[in-house]
Amino acid sequence: MKTRNLLIVALVIGMLAVAFGGPAVAAPAFRIAIVMPSAKTDMAFSQSMYDALKALQKEMGGESALQIAYSEDMFKVPDAAAAIRDYAGQGFNIVLAHGSQYGSSVQEIAKDFPKTAFAWGTHVDTFGLPNVLAYTAAAEQGGYVNGVLAAKLTKTKVIGVTGPVEIGDAKTYISGFTQGVASVDPSIRVSKTWTGSFSDVALMAEAAKTQIAAGADALTGSSQSVVGSIGAAKAAKGKVLWFGTQQNQAPLAPELVVASQQYDWMGVLRAMIKNYKAGKLGGETYVAELKNGGLKIVYNPSFKLPDAVKKAGDKVIADITSGTLKIKP
Amino acid sequence: MSSHKIGGTSEVRHRLTFDWKDVGLRVALPLMAMLAAMLIGAAMLLLLKANALHAYAALLAGAFGSVYGFTQSLVKATPLLLVGLGICISFRASVINIGGEGQIIAGALMATWFSLAFRTWPGWMLLPATMTMGFLAGAAWGFIPGILKARLSVNEILSTVMMNAIGIQLMNFLLRGPLIDPAGVRAGTFLHQSERLPEQVWLPRLVPQTLLHAGAIIAVLLAIAVYIFLWRTTIGYRIRAVGLNRDASRYSGINVPLYQTLSLTLAGGFAGLAGVVEVIGVQHRLLEGITSGYGFSGIVAALFGGLHPLGTIPASWLFGSLLVGADKMQRAVQVPSALIDTVLGLVVMFVVGSALLSRRWAARRALTASGS
Amino acid sequence: MADPTIFTVPATIGILSSAVRLATPYLFAAVGEAICQSSGVLNLGVDGIMLLGAYAGFFVTLSTGSLWLGVLAAMVVGLLMGLLMSVISVSLKAEQGISGIGLYMFGLGLSSLLFKVTVGTVKTVVGFQPVKIPILGDIPILGEILFQHSLAVYAAFLVVPLAWWFLDKTTWGLKIKAVGHTPAAADSLGVSVLRVRYASVCLGAVLAGLAGASLSLAMVNLFQENLTAGMGFIAVALVYFGGWRPVAIMGGALLFSFMNALQLWMQVLAVKIPSDIAVMLPYVLTIAVLAVAHNHEREPISLNKPFERGEH
Repeated sequence: MKTRNLLIVALVIGMLAVAFGGPAVAAPAFRIAIVMPSAKTDMAFSQSMYDALKALQKEMGGESALQIAYSEDMFKVPDAAAAIRDYAGQGFNIVLAHGSQYGSSVQEIAKDFPKTAFAWGTHVDTFGLPNVLAYTAAAEQGGYVNGVLAAKLTKTKVIGVTGPVEIGDAKTYISGFTQGVASVDPSIRVSKTWTGSFSDVALMAEAAKTQIAAGADALTGSSQSVVGSIGAAKAAKGKVLWFGTQQNQAPLAPELVVASQQYDWMGVLRAMIKNYKAGKLGGETYVAELKNGGLKIVYNPSFKLPDAVKKAGDKVIADITSGTLKIKP
Repeated sequence: MSSHKIGGTSEVRHRLTFDWKDVGLRVALPLMAMLAAMLIGAAMLLLLKANALHAYAALLAGAFGSVYGFTQSLVKATPLLLVGLGICISFRASVINIGGEGQIIAGALMATWFSLAFRTWPGWMLLPATMTMGFLAGAAWGFIPGILKARLSVNEILSTVMMNAIGIQLMNFLLRGPLIDPAGVRAGTFLHQSERLPEQVWLPRLVPQTLLHAGAIIAVLLAIAVYIFLWRTTIGYRIRAVGLNRDASRYSGINVPLYQTLSLTLAGGFAGLAGVVEVIGVQHRLLEGITSGYGFSGIVAALFGGLHPLGTIPASWLFGSLLVGADKMQRAVQVPSALIDTVLGLVVMFVVGSALLSRRWAARRALTASGS
Repeated sequence: MADPTIFTVPATIGILSSAVRLATPYLFAAVGEAICQSSGVLNLGVDGIMLLGAYAGFFVTLSTGSLWLGVLAAMVVGLLMGLLMSVISVSLKAEQGISGIGLYMFGLGLSSLLFKVTVGTVKTVVGFQPVKIPILGDIPILGEILFQHSLAVYAAFLVVPLAWWFLDKTTWGLKIKAVGHTPAAADSLGVSVLRVRYASVCLGAVLAGLAGASLSLAMVNLFQENLTAGMGFIAVALVYFGGWRPVAIMGGALLFSFMNALQLWMQVLAVKIPSDIAVMLPYVLTIAVLAVAHNHEREPISLNKPFERGEH
């Protein structure tokens, strides 16, 4: 009983301290909060942004220069909305709503916090609000490159695509991928499986196994639950290849990842901070592309890619970068 | 054996006539169970090298330290209370309704479809009609397992779990096709959400700049109504009698299957209403994950409230505060939110575990009271 | 269904072989739950136990490199969770449906938390590899469907006859059933209701732990938060589906996985059917079977009823 009373007293004091005292104010660091739908270490969408923030923090000089707060696994939009509102209320300079599903929440909350910059993606719409930024990735570009590489490497002429649902950058990535494959050989079949669930990894693994059993010898896929597919591809030892997106996925399976399209949000973040400091809180849309370095094709060094194939890949990258090749999303 | 029987029936009588003297114990035990779970949580925080005191202070500050946090707790408490009311009814009839999630979805889906389909109606017509339709949809989602239990003895725990899965898939299907926001289709994003609902169906906001909506008041009024229903009407009495002793009820001429079905149907209706207020009060559109797990946490809130509609009011508020505070705590000390889930799981287990003590105590009191 | 390609031999083999593989975790978990329920305890926390088992198996294998140590760890964690459930549901006589949900939330939360703290990122292990059984594996078609799987799959199908034998042919099994039907009578015959229920809950939980390990060490070879995605609840449903009989449960598990496998293959083969409708089928089918099967006649009479001895 005594400890309980002590604890209650301590809790009340602590609460008062937080409610009225507030944290000690040191040198004013730039403050960015991020709300992500999955784990910050998902090897995919969320990690791509969180890693960029961390890298930027290092570049700017550590926590005293850039303070980062995060909420991960906010796959429930209502909870994410509460987090976004809370960070805005705490006076963060930029609140990153990292998920296209957060758009309508941002649209509502941004009106209540005109001094906070809200960035959301991946999307292009700023709702005409002066403090909303949008960012997106031209995922179809890397998809096209991966598609060309996959088409050159497949022997069975069947390529499998797995994913939870066909939306957002998953959709544009697959669209680019399919076009890339067709540009090499239109007779190659790209078969797609959507499991309908972001969380059912076992079903995702089985989907990949199904693809492999149906003859696919090259696989790609989007979103965080693809780790299930990669596991299945690994189990099929040497029979299939993997093409990654969103993050460099080579560390997951060094023996079978050919290349990954990696999102690099550093440029987008730098531009955001620069504009914020210049007093421009929103109204802009940033697009990560191969051209501006927001997208990178990372070849897996442990995978021996035939020179001719690598050349073809590099040529496509160069063409997209120079603008001679345009990919429809 | 015989003493058990006497204890049993006096316990039955005791539970059929609500005794306010019990309130103290009913409140104290869950709170102590909760405290025990929180202490374990503190130990886990320390293992995570987080300052437990700071963390719990943030929890309290998050729930009570600001107008926004306070109102947000009430916003979360509203669906918890509504689901909890249904749980009170069904659990009182000894019908274990695990199907809150599916029933919330049924209500939310219906509210979304109905208010969009009849968007030309004026608010005074559209709002009550939408709420009624949502209630009915949830009720239908509860009726199916109810009638299956009554007529074919299908275990309701299983059928309600299955109905949850079906509800989720149905919502996913509708949000990807028939109900998808046309704006999202035009913009090429294909976000899985519905169109924004017509403004006249939105529940009025009670405090500006917050999400607190009139649904909170409706929920409290309904809690009083459910209390009157369960303790002051014949139907309510029979529902509780069926729950306390099925066989005795049958012998005394109560149509047991009918009241079991009714209780599950009503439970579904209230959970459906929770879905409605989430859609027309908070989100103003249907989103994936609209249930936020309220179908499960509503059970916990009702248990906290001693399966009593009025007790569920403060219990929901407490639980809503806990959820809001926990989110805040996650943000403040940056511990994984999974920690909160773990502690909540412990809270549930400890609270139901402590129920034995409460029962024994009540039975002993009843025995002494009856002079044996 | 119009597309004829789904009726080719390779596709059929693929579907059936997928179904056999996908049934693995359901078999472990559902057979375990059947034993647990036969003693009169409803454990709704199977999914939570599976998650912790999957995590423990994965983490131990990742750090020691030994698959068998991982399996052992999953069993130990299952045992501990079974003890926790027993204390609350058997000794403290809690409402079992609710304590099970608490156990589920606890397992879900703790496995995510531990994963975040100890592993954090996506990592894979080399799991149990498919082993072709000599002679049997060479049988055309049947060999491919049944005898070219990993050890986990064989073990799961071995658990089924073992559980049948255990429940129907051993004294222990009879004791468990007696306690599940008429605990007072069993008690008066000197059977310790408490001990039998503890043992049954724990045995069921160990199998649930194994179910988790079969996921993380044989099927996907990794761990992720909420890896099971509600499989444990399906497993509980399968127990009712099979009417507490291991062999019938196996039938249900195979049917359920067959529907899932079929749905995946239909997509790969571009059969036009909305995937959301397809994934609903297994659940609708389960309810339908529950409704027509009249399995409740087999239900342990004292299921979900804590045992109160006469005297206080």
